[in-house]
Amino acid sequence: MSSCCDPGTIDLPAEPRVAGRIRTVALVGPPNSGKSTLFNRLTGLRQKVANYPGVTVEQRVGRLNGIGRSDLTLIDLPGIYGLDTYSEDARVAVEVLHGEMPGTPAPDAILLVLDSLHLRRQLMLAAPILSLGLPTLVLLNMSDLMEARGGHIDTLALAQELGVPVAKISATRGAGLDSITHFLNRKAEPDAPLSATKIELPVVGNPRSYRQWATGISTRTKYKAPVSNQATKRIDAVLLHRIWGPLIFLAVVFAVFQVVFTIGQPLSDGFGNLLNAGGDAIAPLLGHGWLESLAIDGVWRGVASVLVFLPQILLLFLFIGVLEDSGYLARAALIADRVMRSIGLNGKAFIPLLSAYACAVPAIMATRTIENKRDRFATILVAPFMTCSARLPIYMLMIAAFIPNKPILGDFFGLRAAVMLSLYLLGFLAALATARLLKSSILRASSAPFILELPQYRLPTLRSLSLRLVDRGRVFLRQAGTVILAVTLVLWILSHMPFHATLGESVIGRIGHFIEPAIRPLGFNWKIGIGLLTSVMAREVIVSTLGTLYGADPTTHSLGLQAALRHDLTLAGAMALVVFFAFALQCTSTLAIVRRETNSWRWPALQFCYMGVLAYLAALVTNQAILYFIH
Amino acid sequence: MVAIALSSTFGAETEDDFDLSGAWKLSLLSELPIGTTGVVESLELPGEVQHHLMHMGFVPEARITVVRRAPAGDPTVYSIDGFEVALRRDTARAIRVREYEGSTTKSL
Repeated sequence: MSSCCDPGTIDLPAEPRVAGRIRTVALVGPPNSGKSTLFNRLTGLRQKVANYPGVTVEQRVGRLNGIGRSDLTLIDLPGIYGLDTYSEDARVAVEVLHGEMPGTPAPDAILLVLDSLHLRRQLMLAAPILSLGLPTLVLLNMSDLMEARGGHIDTLALAQELGVPVAKISATRGAGLDSITHFLNRKAEPDAPLSATKIELPVVGNPRSYRQWATGISTRTKYKAPVSNQATKRIDAVLLHRIWGPLIFLAVVFAVFQVVFTIGQPLSDGFGNLLNAGGDAIAPLLGHGWLESLAIDGVWRGVASVLVFLPQILLLFLFIGVLEDSGYLARAALIADRVMRSIGLNGKAFIPLLSAYACAVPAIMATRTIENKRDRFATILVAPFMTCSARLPIYMLMIAAFIPNKPILGDFFGLRAAVMLSLYLLGFLAALATARLLKSSILRASSAPFILELPQYRLPTLRSLSLRLVDRGRVFLRQAGTVILAVTLVLWILSHMPFHATLGESVIGRIGHFIEPAIRPLGFNWKIGIGLLTSVMAREVIVSTLGTLYGADPTTHSLGLQAALRHDLTLAGAMALVVFFAFALQCTSTLAIVRRETNSWRWPALQFCYMGVLAYLAALVTNQAILYFIH
Repeated sequence: MVAIALSSTFGAETEDDFDLSGAWKLSLLSELPIGTTGVVESLELPGEVQHHLMHMGFVPEARITVVRRAPAGDPTVYSIDGFEVALRRDTARAIRVREYEGSTTKSL
């Protein structure tokens, strides 16, 4: 939803480093080494995700609960290939490891995760990490897979070569994790030697010498790479096929939406009935005075009108999680590169844009994988056009209220689905057109190189998927419990003030009537106008606002929200409203994250005005066009 | 950057599957057909990009195989050190490789 990620930073106690005493452990490794899986395994469900101050790199911190050491803090560093400063990720990693990152304590020990399937290359990272001189444990992840596929490594010899302990683990299965416990226990003893025996390390900062060094070590430790994963190659032969690839890609995207609507809708309906029944059960306990009106008509109805969308939103996040964890998203980026190039971006911009279908906030955070700054800014600026899940509540409400459920192509594809799909398409086209405009004007630049690592396919683990859902669900509920609750309360109070006034004479009625002339040409009435104002906080707030306002109006009080809307709005006005929402940037969380990612108020201000003007004009055209054709 | 003496550690690892006595042909990575394997000779890319690629394993003497092209014909997926990286043609054009003529594909 609108604020998927807590934009705050994590306060960690900055205690001085005590020799031989471990408080903070850093988890380091190259991208795709299974580092995140290990982090989840070691910390369990209680972890904090935030950003490092001043930069856009995600900081994940947790307690080592997974191995019973809740007294120790584990910091997950971004996946890096080396300690150079090519990317912001690497710069952050260097600063954290040197203890120079404000607010993050200097690590006392390092867990270096390497993918043992590709050890020869992954060992290149060991050189700069070991030269830091911190107590380090090297973890050869996926070693069960390596051995199953005929690979081999002499870990004892490797430990001698590196001068630090080495352990084979499997993060997905949780095997070999006791080696981490042993390492931390031993290093925690006061007289444990702080730095290991001196070993030969290559010249710092030179990838050629790192590689030479890594190659030498893999030879001397009798490293035998496992036979490559033929499964990935075989799957790619189909999924990246010249004809089947793009077709499957389109089918996947279509299937995701289809399932979200066909399975998600009944789930949401059921959940909604449950919430309403709950409200009806509580109501008699409160008597029939203003308290009941405030609690049930004001707060409960308002919050419940948004909460019902939780099942659908979680379903959407589940699908995007599966696509990402399985490794398919990287292939999607490869397929999309050609199209993205025609609008001046590259395939890497496609991944954030796809996840913006769930929520623009994590999508904008995900743009940091795009190395070129201008490409990245262009992606950030167009991401909020993608139809995020916060638009679903108002789309669903308006479509259900105004569009008849007529079949177009049999039962499978109806008029309602067609309207919904065109709204998605509208946002997508606006994003493409805007990106093209930006890349040929203020963000013009020569095309940046496209370097994309394709991870091997893997089965998404239940653990990581449920972690995502719990995380997103929590954020959504927090939003409903804070922002939406507060807006609903204030609205109820303002719509009942002054005391005994009718809705039209109340404070909120006067504000609404004041702005009405500006939105009348769009086919909106003053209640919609109030909804537009409150939904600047977050898009879904408009639904609870309308719920509260129509609940407070005696003429529509007895009707349901859909019937009340039909009573009060034309079809043209309703469609203009959803078009307005397709374009407008009504989300304070997105504005805040854009401000942080671009480090300036200029970009979010530009974005807000551009999208607002576009929304107004598009709604105006929609309303007038439908009125013209119908009457 | 063209003539690179093979150090003993290098030779032992990267070349053991190859017969060095055969004929080598210099070409650009972008010109290698699918399924062929080449040995990286040199990179001529802007500093930061070059550094990044080298950290990913694109260093002289690394073996690289052309795996497949994206459905649109570009980018191309390459296999290096057993993992796969996609590069666009204009990036691959800046990487010189030695191609062993008559070599049959050795999957990595």
